[in-house]
Amino acid sequence: MTAAELLSVAAFREGRYAQAFPSFGSERTGAPVVAFCRIADAAIRSHEPITSPDAVIIQDPTLLHQVDVFNGLHEDGYLLINSSLSFATLGLGAFVTRFRPARLRTVPGTEIAREVVGRPIANAVLLGSFAALTGVVSIDAVAAAIRERFPGALAERNVAGAQRAFEYVSKDMKELAGAQAD
Amino acid sequence: MLKQIEGSRAVAEAVALARPEVIAAYPISPQTHIVEALSTLVQSGALAPCEFINVESEFAAMSVAIGASAAGARTYTATASQGLLFMVEAIYNASGLGLPIVMTVANRAIGAPINIWNDHSDSMSQRDSGWIQMYAESNQEALDLHIQAFRLAEELSLPVMVCMDGFILTHAVEQIDLPSQEQVDAFLPPFEPRQVLDPDAPVSIGAMVGPEAFMEVRYLGHVTQMQALDVIPEIGRAFRESFGRDSGGLVRTYRTEDAETIVVALGSVLGTVMDTVDELRAEGHRIGALGITTFRPWPAQEVRRALAGARRIVVLEKALAIGIGGIVSLDVRVSMAPNGQAVHTVIAGLGGRPITTPSLRRVLVDAMGGALADLTFLDLDHGLVERELLRRGTTRRSGPHAENLLRDLGAVAAGPV
Repeated sequence: MTAAELLSVAAFREGRYAQAFPSFGSERTGAPVVAFCRIADAAIRSHEPITSPDAVIIQDPTLLHQVDVFNGLHEDGYLLINSSLSFATLGLGAFVTRFRPARLRTVPGTEIAREVVGRPIANAVLLGSFAALTGVVSIDAVAAAIRERFPGALAERNVAGAQRAFEYVSKDMKELAGAQAD
Repeated sequence: MLKQIEGSRAVAEAVALARPEVIAAYPISPQTHIVEALSTLVQSGALAPCEFINVESEFAAMSVAIGASAAGARTYTATASQGLLFMVEAIYNASGLGLPIVMTVANRAIGAPINIWNDHSDSMSQRDSGWIQMYAESNQEALDLHIQAFRLAEELSLPVMVCMDGFILTHAVEQIDLPSQEQVDAFLPPFEPRQVLDPDAPVSIGAMVGPEAFMEVRYLGHVTQMQALDVIPEIGRAFRESFGRDSGGLVRTYRTEDAETIVVALGSVLGTVMDTVDELRAEGHRIGALGITTFRPWPAQEVRRALAGARRIVVLEKALAIGIGGIVSLDVRVSMAPNGQAVHTVIAGLGGRPITTPSLRRVLVDAMGGALADLTFLDLDHGLVERELLRRGTTRRSGPHAENLLRDLGAVAAGPV
C-alpha cells in the first residue's frame, strides 16, 4: 500500500488526479496484499478495484506461482518484478513473450534496498524503476513523494535507492533502444 | 489547500478544524485511522482544550459523548459495524435527548458471519433512531459533510451521523481540498447549546416521561428532524458561498433530464454509477442517476420530483432487509406518485463484494429491456447457493452455512477476491 500511496502522491505533485487504495485483505503483516493506483487527467469518480491494469508491480516474486498476479494485464501493459533473476529463470520466459519487451523488467529492488536504504523493503525503491520503465511519473516526483512520507535520513536513503533503481532500468532501456536501432 | 491524503486523515482534519471539545472513541476497523489521527492531534496540544477520552467500549463512547454534549461541549465520536450496534441504547438516548453529537460511521457489514468489509448494514439499522444520516459520495464530500454536520446538529439540537464507505473511502488516498481554519471558523460559529448542564443555572436533562407526554416528545423529535429538510439545503448554500463547491444537500441528480431509467444509490458507489450512466448514455440510452445524500430525514419531495419523469427506477442498495429485500426501495416507493413506475431493487456489494461497472451495466441493460426481476442480487454466486441448499435439503446435520460455503470455494479463510 505504501508504494501505491507514494505513486499517487507523485502523480498528484505533477498536477494529475490520482487514487490509491489497498485491497482490504487480512490485516496482518506478511499476508499477500494487493494495492491499486489510478492516475488520470480528469477527476476519478470510480472506487471499484482495478481488474484490467495498465501496469503491474510485483514486490514479492514468491507470489508468482501462488496467486494469479497477471490477471487482466493486457499485452501492451507494463510488468515490473522485484527480483534479481531474469524472467526465464523465474519460469516466466514463455509467458512474457506475449508482452512488449521494452515494457518488461525485473529489478533487484530488495538487494538495492538492503544496500542503499539499509533494510530490505523495496516499495519506494521499485517506484524509481517504475518511473524509468513507464515515464508515467518523473523520478523527481517520486523523490518528492518519498520525502513527504518519510522523515529525514530514512527519506534520503529511500530516494537514493529509488534513484539507483531508476538508473538500473534507464541504462537497460538505453541498451535495448540501441540494440533495436542497430 | 490541495492535498493527496487518506480519507480517514481528511475526516480527522475536518473534525479538528471544527474545534471539538470532547472526543470519545473506541477503535474499530475501518474507523480506526480517524480517531488515531485525532488522538495524535489532541496529544500534540494542537486542539487544546479538547479532551480525547479513551473509553472501554462503544457503549461507553456514546455515553461519554452524551454527558459531554449535555455539559455544552462540542462532541465527536466515530464507529462502525458491531461497534455501532454495541452503542445502540445510547444512540437512541442521544437523539431522544436532542444532543448535537456528530459521529462518523465508517460503513461496514454486520456479523455473523464476521466480516470487516464495507456495506451499509450498520447505519441502515439505525435509520429510525432519530439521528440525521448523511452519506458521502467521495472523500472530499466526507470532509465537507463533517464541517456541515456540526453546524446542522447544533442549529437543530439533533445528533448527526456522517456515513462514509469503510475502506473504499476511509482507506483511499485521494486529492482533497482542505479548508483553512479561518474559513471553517467563519462558517461554523461556537457551540451555543439549547440545553446545558450549568451549575449556575441548574436543570435536569433526561426526565422520565409517562403516557401524558411521551408521544408529544417523540412527535417533537420528528418535527425537529423534518426541519432539517429546510436547514440542510440552506447550510449547503452557505457552504458553497464560503468554500466554493457543492457538497451535501438532500439529493443530487446526474443526467436525469429526459431519463427513462434512473438509478438511485447512496455513498461512494455513485462514482461507478455515474461512469456507467455515461457509458450507456454514449450508446443512446436515456438513463440517469439520483444520489441520496440525506437519507434521514427522508427527502420525499425531492425524490418524487427527481423521479417523476422516469419509467423505471433501479434502487442499488448496499444493505439487505432480510425477509423483504430493499430498505431504500421502500422509502422510494412511498415517495412516488401513483403513476405505475416500476421500482427494482438490486442488492449489491454486501460484505465488500466489489460493485463493478460491467456488472452494473449488465443489470441496467436488463432493466431497460424489461428483463430485471423486482429483487436482484448483483453477482450472486447461484451455483454456490444451490449446492448449499441441496445439502440442507438432503442432510439433517448439514452444518453451518459459512464454513460449508468456504469449503466449497476451497478457501481456507476469508481473503480478498
